[in-house]
Amino acid sequence: MEKIIERQTLFLRLDGELDMKTAEGLRQTIDSEIDRRGIRTVILNLQKVEFIDSSGLGVLLGRYKKLLALGGKLKITNVPPHIYKIMELSGLPKIINFYSDESSAYEEGRGA
Amino acid sequence: MNHNQIKLTFFSLPENISTARLLVASVGSQLDLSLNDLEELKVAVSEAVSNAIIHGYRNVPENIVHLEMEIGKNQLKIIVNDQGCGIPDVEQAMQPAFSTDPERMGLGFVFMQSFMDELEVTSVINHGTTITMVKYLNQTTSSSH
Repeated sequence: MEKIIERQTLFLRLDGELDMKTAEGLRQTIDSEIDRRGIRTVILNLQKVEFIDSSGLGVLLGRYKKLLALGGKLKITNVPPHIYKIMELSGLPKIINFYSDESSAYEEGRGA
Repeated sequence: MNHNQIKLTFFSLPENISTARLLVASVGSQLDLSLNDLEELKVAVSEAVSNAIIHGYRNVPENIVHLEMEIGKNQLKIIVNDQGCGIPDVEQAMQPAFSTDPERMGLGFVFMQSFMDELEVTSVINHGTTITMVKYLNQTTSSSH
């Protein structure tokens, strides 16, 4: 997992498998940046994610809800097709904004 | 593929979920399944095993989860069993978005149902839960004339 913080935006490039084993660590990583550093925009790049199940999806939804309550935003980018299929069935793309890449996610909503 | 049977018994530890997936993917790759089917099979097994660990054993480690695979000519049957606390209302638990935990999506059974051709859940309070899932195998090579 690669972590970059730029202008109060947390960029996380995830890899491997998002299941019950790895979900808790991801939750802690994101929550500590929100709670300790006051991060309000989180951009998750899923390009290198190989697997996701409902435990992984639950963490994404949980961070979305947490950020929403704080007036923040969760954005998801670079989702591989087979991961997107699972997400689609969960209804997550109807709730969370998806972007083709990090820069379009970063630019959106920042204004000129 | 000949008739075959594989059983795996493991502790209720989160790191064993990926081992269960790996085994199912390995067996599945020898069968007449598409890459998409294999991905879906992995998700279904992940959900069933996670369910046993999270709900059956309430995340208490060192309880035993059984994973059994029966490979037949026409189908792959996967059975996941725990001797945990059981599900009070199976019908309710299988409803979409039903979850006892706000951090979870309540999609486990939805995924199992969507990705497998048959799903049966039997549960007895304080005795455990058995999830039986069946994936039909393609019959494309069954006829030689």
